[in-house]
Amino acid sequence: MADALVIAAHGSHLNPGSSTPTYNHADRIREAGTFAEVREAFWKEEPHFREVLRVLDSDEAYVVPLFISEGYFTEQVIPRELRLQDWTPDAWASDGVSATAATFQAGDVDTQVHYCGPVGTHDAMSQVIAHRADTVLDDRAGDDVGMVVVGHGTERNENSAKAVQYHADQIRQQDRFAQVEALFMDEEPEVEDLTEHVHTKDIVVVPLFVADGYHTQEDIPEDIGLTDDYRKGYDVPATVDGRRVWYTGAVGTDPLVADVILERVRDAK
Amino acid sequence: MTAPLFERLRTHAADGGIDTDELSLTVTEGTYRLSVAGDEHAGLDEDELQAVLAEYPDYLEEWGFWQTRAPQAPARWAFLRWVEEADDAAPPARRRALVDGVSQTWGQLHLTVRLDEEARRTYTLRHVDDADTPDERLDAHTDPLDARWIAKHDDDGRYRPLKTAPTLQTGWHFSGLNAAAAVQTIDLFYPATIANRYREQHGDLDVTHWAETTERQTGIYAVTEELEGEAVDWVAEACCEDSQCLKRREWDEDEDRELSVPRGDGRFPCREPCSLVIAAARKWTMLEREEEQAYTLHLTPSEKEQLETLLRAVAEGTAGTVREADVREGANRYRTRFLRAKRTDQHGRLDADDE
Ligand code: SF4
Repeated sequence: MADALVIAAHGSHLNPGSSTPTYNHADRIREAGTFAEVREAFWKEEPHFREVLRVLDSDEAYVVPLFISEGYFTEQVIPRELRLQDWTPDAWASDGVSATAATFQAGDVDTQVHYCGPVGTHDAMSQVIAHRADTVLDDRAGDDVGMVVVGHGTERNENSAKAVQYHADQIRQQDRFAQVEALFMDEEPEVEDLTEHVHTKDIVVVPLFVADGYHTQEDIPEDIGLTDDYRKGYDVPATVDGRRVWYTGAVGTDPLVADVILERVRDAK
Repeated sequence: MTAPLFERLRTHAADGGIDTDELSLTVTEGTYRLSVAGDEHAGLDEDELQAVLAEYPDYLEEWGFWQTRAPQAPARWAFLRWVEEADDAAPPARRRALVDGVSQTWGQLHLTVRLDEEARRTYTLRHVDDADTPDERLDAHTDPLDARWIAKHDDDGRYRPLKTAPTLQTGWHFSGLNAAAAVQTIDLFYPATIANRYREQHGDLDVTHWAETTERQTGIYAVTEELEGEAVDWVAEACCEDSQCLKRREWDEDEDRELSVPRGDGRFPCREPCSLVIAAARKWTMLEREEEQAYTLHLTPSEKEQLETLLRAVAEGTAGTVREADVREGANRYRTRFLRAKRTDQHGRLDADDE
């Protein structure tokens, strides 16, 4: 029997838009026809991680977490709820951003699960972040453009900051932008001090989040000074301390993320 | 009888024999032994077999559908059999019934299967409340994946965090689904219900009770482990009754203590407390840590009754249906504003004395 792909995402009890990027990426992959079946699974919606394997036909499944970093969800919650037998985070042998995949037997069904590292830490994600920046910039931006990857910061684990840092480093090496910085909502260096950390005339800000929600639509626009009240909306670009600031939505909503999910599977094969 | 169907039948017969739906066929050294509709035919060669089978087209068609075209995954196959109660009727009677169409209800879904002009099964799906609504008054869908978007909001446009809440929106229908697409659509409306019902029917539903589920939780949900005893009954009463969720609750506090709350009459089981219940239980765990206090509160008998009416109206979700000027109703807005004006201070706090 052919393989199944499961995209494992957080979902929400409150926000109907939370699962939308997951559905959209799954649909793109379905159209490509690579897998016998593609299924979305969630922590807060249905099918829950706990019951997704039993709705599959295939006896082999690739599970790709649509999460930004390695940490609490990818190392504890998902493997536990999928009932991956003998899982330990060491199976990925990761330094915090280098997980690829490891194979386990599920506890409740005869399915072999190739449990892949999260979408957010894949190398290819750097390209998606840079692409996201390019799509919002227009001719008004000259050569002096600084690029900022924004992360949440240390909420539950240090790896979330590592992932942001990792992509900022990779993009810096490409010399596409005059300056590249990793900034955070909850830790130093803070995105609130955007114009102190970035010295260019134009600044493009890309939030490394899976879905748009109150962080990307409310907190960050206010933190970086696009608006003093998100309900009033804001312009892109907006002028902040004499600079032109270009702000994109959550990188996780970019259609190219579907390709990163497929890269994760390719790496696991 | 179509040639490909006959060929498929021969392949299956050679490959281990056939024994389904009053049709059995084996082959030994090129000689067929056929039993169909209770009639026995032995020593047939290929041409004779074809000639005999031509007399029993319904048996052959049914074999073709169930053994080669229907999804073969056991849970889905069994579900589709149940839809038309296929085990209870011989192929000719079954196919006659399918000409008019056979319907079943699954949660709030109304599924109908009938034979189309080419005598192939085609499935349609709609909300039970739309069972008699003409197609042209409903939004037409053919792609099973659309079910994910329909399931997201209720008729008032509110987000449905629980897929099996009895609030599925109306006003749509799916048509032209084949068997695989029909089960896929249902599984997108009510994920895993077909799989879990099948497990239950085969005695291997893996129920995880409250104690074990909460013990497994980590992070911000680890506290739910504290909630036990009567409070677990209250959780189930709050969230799991049929008025709130169409799954039939099969979990209890633990194997040894059944909850006092009705399990519900749903066709498909709930095998463990869901994420919505766990998230709510986290709040209740915190709230249940508080010590009780005695308050002295002065109310007229009607005011006490009104408070009870208000509790009921919010808990049953009927507060929004009270008419604007119907001040006879305790949950009427004017009545409630009057009570608030009389009995609370400017911060909305009840005028109660701590004892
Ligand atoms: S725990 Fe089960 S029965 Fe209760 S609300 Fe959740 S899904 Fe429904």
